[in-house]
Amino acid sequence: MLAMAWRALRREWRSGELAVLWLSLVVAIAALTGVGFLVDRIGRAVQAQASEVLAADARVESPEALAPQLQQQARQLRLQTARLATMLSVVFNGDASQLAEIRAASAAYPLRGVLKTAAQPFGAGSVTHGIPPPGECWPDSRLAAALGAQVGGTLGVGALQLRVGRILISRPDQGSAFVEFAPALVLNDADLAATRLVQPASRLQYALLLAGDARALRDFHDWFEPRARPGERFASVADASPQIGDAARRAGQFLSLAGLVAVLLCAVAVAMSARSYVARHLDSVALLKTLGASRRFALGVHVLQLLLLAVAAALLGAVLGWLTQAWLLRALAGLLRTDLPPAGWLPVLMGLVVAVAMLAGFALPSLLQLTRVPALRVLRRDADPPPLRLWLALLPAALAILGVIYATLGQWTLSLWFAAGFTVAVAALALCGWLLVHLAGRARRGAGLALRHGLANLARRRGGSVAQIVAFGLGVLLLLVLAILRRDLLQDWRTSLPAGAPNYFFVNIPTDARDDFRAALLAAGARPERFLPMVRGRLLAINGVAIDKWPQRSRMADREQNLTWSAGLGDDNRITAGRWWQRQDAGKPLVSLASEFQESLGLKLGDRLDFDIAGERFEVSVASFRKVRWDSFRPNFFIMFPPGLLEGAAGSYMTSAAYEPRSAGALTGLVRRFPSVSIFNVGDLLAQVRSVIDKAVTAVQSVFAFTLLAGLTVLLAAVQASRDERRYETAILRVLGAGRSLLMRSALAEFAALGLLAGLLAASGAALGGWLLARQLELHYRSSLVYWLLGLLGTMLVVAVSGAVATRPALNQPPRTILN
Amino acid sequence: MTRDIVLEAERATRQVNSPDGPLTIVRDVSLAIRARESVAIVGPSGAGKSTLLALLAGLDTLTSGRIWLAGEELSALDEDGRARLRAAHVGFVFQSFHLVPALTALENVMLPLELRGQADARGRAAAMLERVGLTARAGHYPRQLSGGEQQRVAMARASVGEPSVLFADEPTGNLDAATGERIIGLFFELNADARTTLVLVTHDRALAGRCGRVLSMDGGSLV
Repeated sequence: MLAMAWRALRREWRSGELAVLWLSLVVAIAALTGVGFLVDRIGRAVQAQASEVLAADARVESPEALAPQLQQQARQLRLQTARLATMLSVVFNGDASQLAEIRAASAAYPLRGVLKTAAQPFGAGSVTHGIPPPGECWPDSRLAAALGAQVGGTLGVGALQLRVGRILISRPDQGSAFVEFAPALVLNDADLAATRLVQPASRLQYALLLAGDARALRDFHDWFEPRARPGERFASVADASPQIGDAARRAGQFLSLAGLVAVLLCAVAVAMSARSYVARHLDSVALLKTLGASRRFALGVHVLQLLLLAVAAALLGAVLGWLTQAWLLRALAGLLRTDLPPAGWLPVLMGLVVAVAMLAGFALPSLLQLTRVPALRVLRRDADPPPLRLWLALLPAALAILGVIYATLGQWTLSLWFAAGFTVAVAALALCGWLLVHLAGRARRGAGLALRHGLANLARRRGGSVAQIVAFGLGVLLLLVLAILRRDLLQDWRTSLPAGAPNYFFVNIPTDARDDFRAALLAAGARPERFLPMVRGRLLAINGVAIDKWPQRSRMADREQNLTWSAGLGDDNRITAGRWWQRQDAGKPLVSLASEFQESLGLKLGDRLDFDIAGERFEVSVASFRKVRWDSFRPNFFIMFPPGLLEGAAGSYMTSAAYEPRSAGALTGLVRRFPSVSIFNVGDLLAQVRSVIDKAVTAVQSVFAFTLLAGLTVLLAAVQASRDERRYETAILRVLGAGRSLLMRSALAEFAALGLLAGLLAASGAALGGWLLARQLELHYRSSLVYWLLGLLGTMLVVAVSGAVATRPALNQPPRTILN
Repeated sequence: MTRDIVLEAERATRQVNSPDGPLTIVRDVSLAIRARESVAIVGPSGAGKSTLLALLAGLDTLTSGRIWLAGEELSALDEDGRARLRAAHVGFVFQSFHLVPALTALENVMLPLELRGQADARGRAAAMLERVGLTARAGHYPRQLSGGEQQRVAMARASVGEPSVLFADEPTGNLDAATGERIIGLFFELNADARTTLVLVTHDRALAGRCGRVLSMDGGSLV
């Protein structure tokens, strides 16, 4: 049977349906595995990157010196270990002094990630292995600049003088919450005792860093939990940076969704090819049956044939998928690390499974039909197999679609939502397509011969025409929406930071230095914005319910909050509910929340919030919600209090300013004068955001390009299915005296009209989609005739040319065949 | 060529390659048909009637010999040239009707006029449909018409351009006897009105008997 299937496959290949079917599978699998490979690699990289945030795979943190058993146990489990002790202390350089985070590390630190150092503060860092040798220290750029320290000089740390060996540029565990971003100094933990900083009352934080395989880490965790002392905790990658993991997972899911659109369109092409394949094989199967072949044999031959096809498609698809992810990586260069771990084999397996599922769902029902053809057909051409039962046609397809979606997304709710959304979108497009085809059929009355004939063909093969319009329309629509969105996003980011907008943030300005700092900024030529006070606090309870019991959990509420107070609202804040406080509200227990904070916890006006601010409890009630324009780059806070309430709490100030430093030294001068102030450059950040958007959109567009290819396979399948009809019409028209050029023009007219309708649908849909998205993302939407025309004419051109090329062989049908 | 001869064949021969070597389907056929003559070609199945018809109408090409249609030698023309000649001078009626499925009855009848670039194709086609009694069916597609109706549309299409020569290949072959009889009546009526030359292939002796001249074929030759 296998030999027969193989022979049949080779013979059938030339007839075309199988080639189109195979091509559809290849495109689908290339889209799926392309995204699959990338998501797989990013997933692994995120895992690795998250480890770097800890400088380890996991760590045990403790306010007291770690018990030696911890390290022994870790070694027994063959885990790598390193010790780290951190504390805040003043570092001296002659008379100059600066509070810094002292980090005493043991030799293996960091277990994950690298230290970068340079010979100059703010210099270009190079990867440095190991830690400072005993007697040496590595201050970071800000500390070195603040103290005027240079490589070769000495710094006083506690009772010890240490030589400055290198300037620390970056370390993996430097965190991102910027208030904790104190200047740092790394030294060898062999020197720690000699500094005499470890005193009974000193606030040290000890950590045991661990790295190794996941199983050993789990074993260590299980061993540690029952032995943990008060204040000791085990932190793993998952705890350390859930955000990175979440963002990567969501990005991966989004790309997978984009790939899925192409897969589903290809499924349409598979179904169309299978149907026309079956129609052409009714006779030969009927003949096989008269010769005594069983249904089972007939089915077996065809199923085997399709399986061979699926394997071949999965292999080529996977190769193309691999090339696709290589291209995507290039598009995302700079956004992703270049040293991503290699992709696993899972996507290839997945490609094969999907190929088989698509065939089972979309081709098998037609094949079953083929085996039910009565042998009588040999005598009576009109003896067709019994009609396909509707559930048999739809159920496997629906199951295959859901299966493929679930396999890609791995989440039932999301899968069902996607399936529903896709169905609605396709149904809407199909309805519009159907109407357009109907209108085009009607409109042919006044047209010339070639155009009228083209339009007539379009209207006659309505099902195929609508399928092609939907397939191309959807592909082009998605690409156009992204193009519009990219333009709007980039322009909005550009217009949000016009010349003169704040480009620097200054945090941790001491209260007593506020006026001096403002004067220094003004003197340096900067234009500072408002100065807002900043205190740290923690939300304890909502309406008397402890925050960890509150039904709507939010990461925003779990961490320490930055709080501020202000009498004025600022024109970048808009009250959406409640009212902003007046002069008489000063000192009242009120709070105003940004909409993001409100939504994350599901809060209402009047809710009572309990805050712990510097050890003191404040109960306040929610007076207003604000919509904050964060892209004004002015100081803004989620949580604002009225003046006269928190003034007692020790805090600092922050501001932002438009500032063009006259020289690189100007910034160093500012740091020296105000050593505690942390400086952030928004321009760099913005450039990064723009580049992120640009690259992300390019990547998504690349994936959506597969939907265009899928549209092409649908077109090929439709042309393939109509091949016999086209040949027949060609013969009639030639008999009646039509020349080749008329036939060619008629085919061109048919596909140009098809392309025009698809383009019309895509361009209009994209304009609507772009507008809706822009509203959703609060972007400024600009309608653009250029994109509209580009979508319209581009689609028309692509479809007209592809269609004309695909139908060309049918136009060569000689007229004499009509007499046969 | 004599002045009023519209169709002439000289030793027309058509060979095809078969697994057993070359096979001659039409052998050395010579004939001349004058304007307004009606000629039936009869013979058993496989005699080569339909191939001769295809050769005479320029649907197929000769292996050797020559054919003149409306004064032009067919072998001197390429495919498009022969198509132009057919558009200008030839009408067809087939056994299986062969209407263009995507076009309505009216549009099918308009086709020959439009291919010739004639003005008022719609008006003339509508008049022709009225002539065959199908005005009510003008907007219908072929699949919505009965066999007899389809053949009437095909006849309207064949006659509307007032061709010099009308070729018919077993025009009643797919119709029941009664319908076939009515169709043939209409066919000769149209033909008499238009004073067209008629070349008809059939194995229906009664039908052949209504033609002015009967040519018999067997084994690829006229007998």
